[in-house]
Amino acid sequence: MSNSFIQIESLSIRFSGNEILKGISLDIDEGEYVSIIGPNGAGKTTLIKCMAGIYSHWEGSIQIDGQAVPTLGSRTLAKLQSYVPQAEGRTNPLTVEEFVATGRYPHLSAFTSMRKEDYEAVNTALDRAGLLALRKRAIATLSGGERQMAFIAAALAQDTRILLLDEPSTFLDYRHQTNISSILKSACRDSGITVIAVHHDINTAAASSDRIHAIKDGQIVFSGTAAETTDIQTLEKIYDTKFISAPLPGRALPLVFTGDAS
Amino acid sequence: MNKGPVTLSILLVCAIATLILSPLFGMEFIPFHATGQEYEILMGIRLPRVLCAFAAGSMLALSGMAFQALFRNPLATPFTLGVSSGAALGAALFIRFGISFVLLGISGTSIAAFIGALLSILLVYGLTKLKGGFSTPTLLLSGIAISFFFSSLILFIQYISGLSHSFRIVHWMMGTLSTADYTNLFNLLPFLGIGGLLLLFLHREMNLFMVGEDLAISRGVNTRLVKKLIFLAASLMVGGVVAICGPIGFIGMMSPHICRLLVGADHRYLTPATFLFGGMFLTLCDTFTRVFSHWSGGAELPVGVLTALLGGPFFILLLLNRKGGLDL
Repeated sequence: MSNSFIQIESLSIRFSGNEILKGISLDIDEGEYVSIIGPNGAGKTTLIKCMAGIYSHWEGSIQIDGQAVPTLGSRTLAKLQSYVPQAEGRTNPLTVEEFVATGRYPHLSAFTSMRKEDYEAVNTALDRAGLLALRKRAIATLSGGERQMAFIAAALAQDTRILLLDEPSTFLDYRHQTNISSILKSACRDSGITVIAVHHDINTAAASSDRIHAIKDGQIVFSGTAAETTDIQTLEKIYDTKFISAPLPGRALPLVFTGDAS
Repeated sequence: MNKGPVTLSILLVCAIATLILSPLFGMEFIPFHATGQEYEILMGIRLPRVLCAFAAGSMLALSGMAFQALFRNPLATPFTLGVSSGAALGAALFIRFGISFVLLGISGTSIAAFIGALLSILLVYGLTKLKGGFSTPTLLLSGIAISFFFSSLILFIQYISGLSHSFRIVHWMMGTLSTADYTNLFNLLPFLGIGGLLLLFLHREMNLFMVGEDLAISRGVNTRLVKKLIFLAASLMVGGVVAICGPIGFIGMMSPHICRLLVGADHRYLTPATFLFGGMFLTLCDTFTRVFSHWSGGAELPVGVLTALLGGPFFILLLLNRKGGLDL
């Protein structure tokens, strides 16, 4: 047995008879920034939801820090990892501050109210996400980018060693994309948080990841570094479509696009 | 400064004032310093009725609030989900077939109504979950279907019942507080106590359910257990009220909605606010029906009719104001 921080072995899951994940095995080290890429419907979101404890009817094993996930209580698991769902446009009537405070849930019992350290964690998270000025605003009144920031802030307030994110920057404008990447990178590099993110965009994934895993039809079809992933042949195998790449002056990684060279 | 605690204090003052002043009003005004027969009416008839109205209003409002958080939909209420009908069916079945008994001071009718409420919650939740998601059409259609089905069952029970049973069942369906007394009050309070305390403790969990079940799980909420506790609390309260006063509608929809505007959506403040507002609201409605009987020559308007008259337009207003998916 290796001793990776997160160890997933032959993870499979079915939904009404269809096998969505077919024996996924993954090892992730603590402090790594890992991206999951792959075509639509490949099982990326399903994988993240299995890891987050949202789905529990899977087979195989998921271990975090040597402990099997099903044996961990829901609060213990939530102190270990936080989750940012795909932005689906659904809002809620809480204010930004109240919403970010929901991240403190696993640290509180039913009989205690928020302590000083909880308020501090909320404040720090609001500050890091640049939401201090918006703290009294209702989530429903925010723009898509600000709302995504609030979701990330709530996950940061949860104060976990692992951050699971499902397409954190899809559909956002460039400024919010940049902000989110820098928050996630700093969480990883400065605070040693293990970041596991599903990315839709290969260039975004390549720019921040230590390691990239590609899923296709419920199976891992490729694992490698950012440089290995931006290889045209590799991408064409993953996505079944033509890619072209363009070198960037002064940068190690090329930019990749879909399309024919013509 | 958070507006929650300030607004809550104002609501508390208003609620206490309502409880003190409401008994004075009725078909005839009775002052505080009344003596003799008037004193008897004040303390023996009007006071228990006012207290019953307050408890019943609180319970209906709180259960509405719990449903709205759980189903993430402002139109989810005991009435629209068919839970009131389920409770009424339980009560009606009990009156027709049951032998009246008292368990720990709680009447059998209340227990039957509680079971009816619980079963209909499980039914409507199972149905909407089966259809994947709590969209407004699915939720309302399931609620209407359940409501119609149970109401026809009640009519059928009435049909096969004798006149005296039938009359008692009609009483349930009207939604009235006119016969409320101290026995009724003591039948309401345990349901309010258990249900209300449960919801008070579950304020963070309800916030997270409102935000989304996946996110609730990822924050460490034991969603299966919490869902059961919310179902239990809500059916205790709906069953408790319906057994005593019949299915009084729309309190459970209006009160949490108005309170969300007053104190915000955080259940830490929303729960006590809804308790106070719901109680006050039904007490005032009931007081109005008593005062109204002064002009109608003694015939009292059932309070359920009044709340429905107010609630219908409110419901339409909510529908018209919906943005997108009508999320909470």
